[in-house]
Amino acid sequence: MASLSSYLLVGAVLFSLGLYGVVTRRNGVAVLMGVELILNAANVNFLAFARFGGMNMAGHVYALFVIVLAAAEAAVALAIIINIFNNFNTINVDEVSELKQ
Amino acid sequence: MSNLNSLTHFWPELILTVTVLVAIIADLIYRKEDSFKVAWWVLGGLALTLFAVRMSGGALSGLFMGTIAMDPFANFFKVLVLISTTFVILMSFDSADLKGYRVGEYFSILAIMAFGLFLMASAIDVIMVYLAIEIVSIMSFFLAGYLKKNQSSNEASLKYVIYGAFSSGIMLYGLSLLFGLTGTTKFFEMREAIAQLGPDANLALILSAVFILVGFGYKISAVPFHFWTPDVYEGSPTTITAYLSVAPKAAGFAMLIRFFNQVFGDGAPLGSDAWTALNNVPWPQLVAVLAAATMTVGNLVAIQQSSVKRMLAYSSIAHAGYMMMALPLMTQSGVYGIMIYLLMYLFMNLGAFYVVIYVQGKIGGESFDDYNGLGWRMPFVAGVMTLFMVALTGLPPTAGFIGKFYIFAAVIEAGSQYYWLAFVGVVNSVISLYYYIRVVKHMYLSGDRSDSISMPTSNLTTVILIALAIPTFVFGWYFSDVADWIHNSLVIFQGM
Repeated sequence: MASLSSYLLVGAVLFSLGLYGVVTRRNGVAVLMGVELILNAANVNFLAFARFGGMNMAGHVYALFVIVLAAAEAAVALAIIINIFNNFNTINVDEVSELKQ
Repeated sequence: MSNLNSLTHFWPELILTVTVLVAIIADLIYRKEDSFKVAWWVLGGLALTLFAVRMSGGALSGLFMGTIAMDPFANFFKVLVLISTTFVILMSFDSADLKGYRVGEYFSILAIMAFGLFLMASAIDVIMVYLAIEIVSIMSFFLAGYLKKNQSSNEASLKYVIYGAFSSGIMLYGLSLLFGLTGTTKFFEMREAIAQLGPDANLALILSAVFILVGFGYKISAVPFHFWTPDVYEGSPTTITAYLSVAPKAAGFAMLIRFFNQVFGDGAPLGSDAWTALNNVPWPQLVAVLAAATMTVGNLVAIQQSSVKRMLAYSSIAHAGYMMMALPLMTQSGVYGIMIYLLMYLFMNLGAFYVVIYVQGKIGGESFDDYNGLGWRMPFVAGVMTLFMVALTGLPPTAGFIGKFYIFAAVIEAGSQYYWLAFVGVVNSVISLYYYIRVVKHMYLSGDRSDSISMPTSNLTTVILIALAIPTFVFGWYFSDVADWIHNSLVIFQGM
């Protein structure tokens, strides 16, 4: 029988992987994938708390909102990355550095 | 209040929504060269919204089943947002950056962003907090990268989207922990639940508070979450830089104050025990150190800049630091200081950026050297720029002095443990004098004296400059009406 803590563990692992991905990846799309992992880690938490905490629907609603917003954010971010590729011919975030560091 | 009843109190936001729709439709009707006309529709909508905000009075209530607060505190920030949005739209007419682009959606996105900022200033439910932050963030990604063919603008939007999505993700994780600890998403219920938690929960509570602070810190560009600021501010169209440095920062402060006051506070309206829920960590001291770091980093890096726009970007980090000085206090006078500072900062910072836009359009550059001899060639513009620089430094008799005065007064009043913070603030103000006056030096003492004098050719430019310069100057010695208004706005909705 799965308990709350095993779900939270999955969430924490996802969060750490996402963090690791954002920090180490240099490919713009891979960085975004890291961000998605972080958002989904939060979603797992919300749903686990809502299920095991005997709480109201707020956790489920929150997760739905997060999914929608993550989709919107991913759409915008991918559009920006496509535009970057058109202008710079690369999506490596380190090579995109016209501005002074 | 139920959803249907809430709509009758939701006029400002509803009007803004209709404005956005009208702007989108108008954009379809106008041809590309006429697309600037969309701005007038948006401006009309903003004026109606301002009227609705002023009419909505002081009734305290939690709208939409207690997710949005209606209180004078939120109304104050809504007015700030409306003023800055209006000025930024007017400033866009002169922007050299936007030439050659279709701008209808630029104005409608600005209106959507204003809507998001309204929600940020009044959210009292963590779902709404996240929703509002994301509305504002996604719209700012668009606007930062609006110049599709400009590489700097592309880069700004890429950096913004990565930092923005990352920090709001971390904040969301913190909110999920807080939700697990308290079992609710409403600020007031959270406070009650936190009060009943045992000491076992302390670690999780602190962790979630730190994660949440990442999200807020990113919005107000506090050190060490400021890394996106200089690049995004430099690469974005200058009008958007001006907007980002004022409006989202104001709403971010509103949200931060409301959240920490209501979730981690003791339930009293802005008492001295604001951080009771987190008393195992020296939380106020931590925020005080962040404030000191924010202004010091902002100022020290601003000194080294060769571009006025980038200098202003770093100086806006420093200004966030000054305002953060009053955050650890969480007292009535501290929040009052932040609000008055935000109002003064709005005029002087928009003014400084507008001069940058104007000079960019006339001379084609934004480095300090482009300002050489400006005092002789464009005496009017250089004169108001001098005023804005003096005000940003915080010297009397300008609005900047009043803002700083109230912040420092609140810090000193809070007791001797914060004297060091006030000292750091004063030292930083002196440092900032160097780079602000450097602009003035370049305008009057460097370069050739030219005999041809050019005044602003368009009436609109003159009107905007005067409309920004007058408050910057007048609020320096006549501010009792403004002070009264802000004082009456200090009422924060404290639950049903």
